[in-house]
Amino acid sequence: MAARERDFTAPTVQLLTPEGRLQPTPEAEPYLPLVEALDDATLQRFYRDMAVSRRLDLTGANLQRQGQLALWVPSHGQEAAQVGSAHAARPQDHLFPSYREHIVGMIRGLDPVGILALLRGVTQGGWNPDESGNFHLYTLVLASQTLHATGYAMGLQFDGATATGDPESDAAVLVYYGDGSTSQGDASEALVFAASYQTPQVFFVQNNQWAISVPVARQSRTPLSLRGAGFGMPSVRIDGNDVLVSYAVTRQSLEEARAGEGPSFIEALTYRMGAHTTADDPTKYRTDDEVAYWAERDPIIRYRTWLESRGASAAFFDEVEQEAADLSADVRRRTLELEAPTRETIFAHVYSEPHPLMTEQLAWLDAFETSFEGGEA
Amino acid sequence: MTGIDARRQAQESEVRVSETTAAASGSDASTEAAAPADAVRGVHTMSMAKAINAGLADALRADEKVLLMGEDIGPLGGVFRVTEGLSAEFGDKRVLDTPLAESGIVGTAIGLAMRGYRPVCEIQFDGFIFPAFDQITTQLARQTLRHEGRVSMPIVIRVPYGGHIGSIEHHQESPEAYFAHTPGLRVVSPSSPHDAYWMIRESIESRDPVLFLEPKSRYWPKGPVDLDHSGLPLHASRVVRQGTDVTVVGHGAMVSTLLQAADIAAEEGTSLEVVDLRSLSPIDYGPLLDSVHRTGRLVVAQEAYGNVSVGSEVAATVAERAFYSLEAPVLRVSGFDTPFPPAALETEYLPSPDRVLEAVDRALAY
Repeated sequence: MAARERDFTAPTVQLLTPEGRLQPTPEAEPYLPLVEALDDATLQRFYRDMAVSRRLDLTGANLQRQGQLALWVPSHGQEAAQVGSAHAARPQDHLFPSYREHIVGMIRGLDPVGILALLRGVTQGGWNPDESGNFHLYTLVLASQTLHATGYAMGLQFDGATATGDPESDAAVLVYYGDGSTSQGDASEALVFAASYQTPQVFFVQNNQWAISVPVARQSRTPLSLRGAGFGMPSVRIDGNDVLVSYAVTRQSLEEARAGEGPSFIEALTYRMGAHTTADDPTKYRTDDEVAYWAERDPIIRYRTWLESRGASAAFFDEVEQEAADLSADVRRRTLELEAPTRETIFAHVYSEPHPLMTEQLAWLDAFETSFEGGEA
Repeated sequence: MTGIDARRQAQESEVRVSETTAAASGSDASTEAAAPADAVRGVHTMSMAKAINAGLADALRADEKVLLMGEDIGPLGGVFRVTEGLSAEFGDKRVLDTPLAESGIVGTAIGLAMRGYRPVCEIQFDGFIFPAFDQITTQLARQTLRHEGRVSMPIVIRVPYGGHIGSIEHHQESPEAYFAHTPGLRVVSPSSPHDAYWMIRESIESRDPVLFLEPKSRYWPKGPVDLDHSGLPLHASRVVRQGTDVTVVGHGAMVSTLLQAADIAAEEGTSLEVVDLRSLSPIDYGPLLDSVHRTGRLVVAQEAYGNVSVGSEVAATVAERAFYSLEAPVLRVSGFDTPFPPAALETEYLPSPDRVLEAVDRALAY
């Protein structure tokens, strides 16, 4: 009788070592041409976007500490996973985020003030996906968006908006979620539907090792990439702190999806260097040694080292720092200018069609609030 | 909506189609295998199941963005055969036998609606809607608000509900209060084949999500369906039997129980006015308040648990708005505040005409 299989390992696909050398692992070799095809401007853009993301994190955290935001959701440490995958998408693609993918939205054309408006408590949405590069709204109930993305991908299929053979117009869907979310039932149901209908879709899991205070070992005894494989779709575990492999593997997966080859699954190994949100204290559940281990694998430092080895100038990095600082200052200024919406907003869009309770209750609230006007000394 | 609006205007008050009219039309669609095509209009006698089937078929014909999604709704035609014949006519791209996952059905329907589709989801039984509860309440009901009105969610969730069929646990429940309580959703329940045809069509045309609760014990009795005239807007309630002494109000299968109670009461010399709510969210209080102003007494009846129920809301609202007309407290007749019992006990659990009349007697004793 054969021994029961207990080898639940998966290789980690990596192009750029933590030391900043382009040295593909065996599994990464097929992806190398995708990176070699990138021009210098694109490679520099990757760096710029990661630097902007990290600088914006500081701005968001400061605004929260100053009482200007209810919450900030940091992405420090996850920049490579987000920037590489976002650049892999084509303009016609649809991206469904969780709530930590600020730079993904910005790469798609989102004004980041929309995100801060949400976290400031002046809206429950924040932007129009149609005007933000098909970057859909944040979803705060974990893994809910995996099903919306799958349904959207089914719609692309039904519309014939994919798999026509023209990669310039064929659309695909990229959905983001995290290691904690993989435990949600909806995440599994989304994989079932995607596999069943062979949707044009990529599931991108950022495994940042911690679901608030609970380590990924509590969510899964196997590499999360095996989840995708278990549902019958190609699945890859990548070094999520390597922006090049994040780009290349996501690009390949999206191109296969839009060509009609069905869904696939990517687990990006990364680390949330900061807190889950500004409401969290990570020193209570993880060690300094662990944080130090991941600091040595920082996605921005290794990529800078590699760009420098290719001849990027100090002036380029200075310019990026200045641009990031300017952008953050602008976001901060415009965030402070955001004002509370009017009371009509409570009722305005609960329904698309007229609803008697909305009309009655707004009229009552108007009358109630108006009754105080001029009545007080 | 213009066609429906015109029909509403054409027939404002009298909406019940008489049996005589149906017989005079000389047509009986209920014996036909396929749903009646749009071209075959007029008045037909058919069951509620067939009326919903016809409504779905006409909606599929009218709008290529309409899709049906659910478990076993394809070649089998659904466990109640409500979708019988539809996958054969419209194909498996428009009548989707989905994986067996209710949250997945509603969650993917949301994505499809974002893409411009109008999904009609079937949840196989009332007690199986809860795996989808999160997607319905935290996602479906709030997408339009989150998108500041730029995205609509024209999704219908059909749910066979209620007792009287002698089935096992999770197959006889009345979960309407959970959804009527949730902002962003609309909740309706037809009580007759005619209403079922028109209300499913109007629900599908609505740009808001609609929980469409089908009283499964009323699937098979036949009645007239006027395929040319809707009669009422989706969210209107109506008086289905006029009376003078006590108003009784209910929805879905309960309307049939109330009409039976009214027959018995009439023999005893008591005149009941029966109101069919039809819509549980929003509730159209106009006809109900008019009725209470005349009778001064109200009994609210429902199969659902009474505690924190739709009936509680109706009672509270009528007490607020018709206080000076009331001669007696508003009384409620409900399922008990227990899980639905084993089917052998369902006749004691479900409000019967006698339970309604007991409350009527109490109301008259004031």
